[in-house]
Amino acid sequence: MLSVQEGWNVRKTMLLLAASSAAFLLLLLFLGFWLSNDNLRLSVARNLPPSWEHPFGTDWLGRDMFTRTIKGLRLSLSVGALASVISVVVAIVMGTCAAVFGKAADAVISWIIDLFIGMPHLVFMILICFIAGGGIYGIVLGISLTHWTALARVVRSEVLQVKNAEYIQISRSCGKSAWYIARRHIWPAIFPQILIGFLLMFPHVILHEAALTFLGFGLSPQTPAIGIILSEAMSHISTGKWWLVVFPGLLLVVVIKSFDSIGERIRILLEPASSHE
Amino acid sequence: MAKSIAIRLVRVATLLIGLSILTFSLIHLSPMDPVNAYIGGDTSASPEQIEKFKQYWGVDKSPVEQYLSWAGSLLQGNFGTSLLYRSPVLDIIQSRFLTSLALMGAAWLLSGGIGYSLGVIAAVHRGKLIDRIIKWYSYTLVSTPIFWMGLILLIVFAVWLKWFPVGLAVPAGVLESEVRFIDRVHHFALPALTLSILGVANVAMHTREKMIDILNSEYIVFAKARGESKWQIFKNHGFRNSILPAISLQFAYFGELFGGSMLAEQVFAYPGLGSTLTTAGLKGDLPLMVGIILVSSLFVFAGNLIADILNKVVDPRMKGAV
Repeated sequence: MLSVQEGWNVRKTMLLLAASSAAFLLLLLFLGFWLSNDNLRLSVARNLPPSWEHPFGTDWLGRDMFTRTIKGLRLSLSVGALASVISVVVAIVMGTCAAVFGKAADAVISWIIDLFIGMPHLVFMILICFIAGGGIYGIVLGISLTHWTALARVVRSEVLQVKNAEYIQISRSCGKSAWYIARRHIWPAIFPQILIGFLLMFPHVILHEAALTFLGFGLSPQTPAIGIILSEAMSHISTGKWWLVVFPGLLLVVVIKSFDSIGERIRILLEPASSHE
Repeated sequence: MAKSIAIRLVRVATLLIGLSILTFSLIHLSPMDPVNAYIGGDTSASPEQIEKFKQYWGVDKSPVEQYLSWAGSLLQGNFGTSLLYRSPVLDIIQSRFLTSLALMGAAWLLSGGIGYSLGVIAAVHRGKLIDRIIKWYSYTLVSTPIFWMGLILLIVFAVWLKWFPVGLAVPAGVLESEVRFIDRVHHFALPALTLSILGVANVAMHTREKMIDILNSEYIVFAKARGESKWQIFKNHGFRNSILPAISLQFAYFGELFGGSMLAEQVFAYPGLGSTLTTAGLKGDLPLMVGIILVSSLFVFAGNLIADILNKVVDPRMKGAV
């Protein structure tokens, strides 16, 4: 009989996996604050391959690559968080407006969404970065203005579904204001979708942040951003310093995958019916 | 059917107009002066040149008039003059577009073919080891930055194995006329491979889903009951129903493809449209940037339009539903 396994089920496995991914990310974040900037000073220990003292090796200026990578990831995570929050807010506003304010607003907003989807994202981000005059500000603005579209569509269709539900019509006939209905009825109903959208947006945002800094937009070369580390390492590839490229990138992939896995698991937990897809 | 295509064309046209308005207003809203931005820090610009820029942008007129005059000159093919290369923007774009197109086209075909096959294989062997490997591979690829993948390929194939050169589209120091076709392919292989490796994931996963749906349908059960082999089922039923969505997905993928090619071109120092845009953006060459942005968006809109038409019009079951 299966009674032995009682108390342990797929749901708990999912929770455990999501929690361990989250713990891993928190550990990285903690390391980012804990590691001292002293490791980034120039030293004589140049171009060392990975060792116990320097797990990711050192670069051509003697800086510890592990510290640089962790600090770079901390920057990516904070930029990613900020940009995702802004995108989610834009998506909620746009999606709700499209669903609530009638056909004309819907048509206009879906046209705007088409416009933003039609442009190659990276190209548009470069334009915004350039116009905002570079810096973190430009990157955050560029990323948040390009990532809201898919979630806005989801919000729109969710709101459309909820909007005509009976409890909302009753609430309306009780004389509640549109704002009250949006705040107390509609947003709580679509919150799971928004949470999932936010979590699944994160990996994209971090990837694009890394791509932008890799191309050289926004941040000064001294900033430890993951893209900058990789683009600097690019010029040292031909001399065989593979560790400058392999480890920072690998850690970035692991971070992005962890976010993806947290998002996926939480999606499955919130919508158990979709777990068999 | 013609009507629905016409509606879509009109929509694309309005989107292009919207895009030009958006680009224009972004530039207009930014705190910098377009004339200054055009001239850059270049003090050698003569007063006549400055006057020409002012005329091109119509600085003294209202924003709407400025936009109209700018859009008018765009329509006449006057994209302005690049600051970096000192030649008309359109000429630069023309010369770079083909190099980029070759790269993107090769990657597009390769990733489409491989992705489709992987998707089909995964769906047919659903739940088995090979399916899990393909799924894991695709999900991991989605989280992989394309430029890192490029760098890894560069380390392995160019630095360690020395199979391929480290960069550029042609060998350095060789005259254009003496470049052999094989050299071009040699320089082109790694960037194209990088682009295709990552493009595979999207098609593979969608084809897998689609194929699983098809394999669960009743006509497949009936085909199995008639004694068709796996290959016959795929040839007679699976292929026809799954190839069109895969193709239209590939067309809708143009935007990602262009972004990817920008990164791949940067890694491999491949002189295409993408790396030109990066240089233009970094050096502040606004006319060239705007030109490439508009051309690349046109390219992506065209891809989306084709995907739309394939989705809605070519599939006979959709004919009534447009």
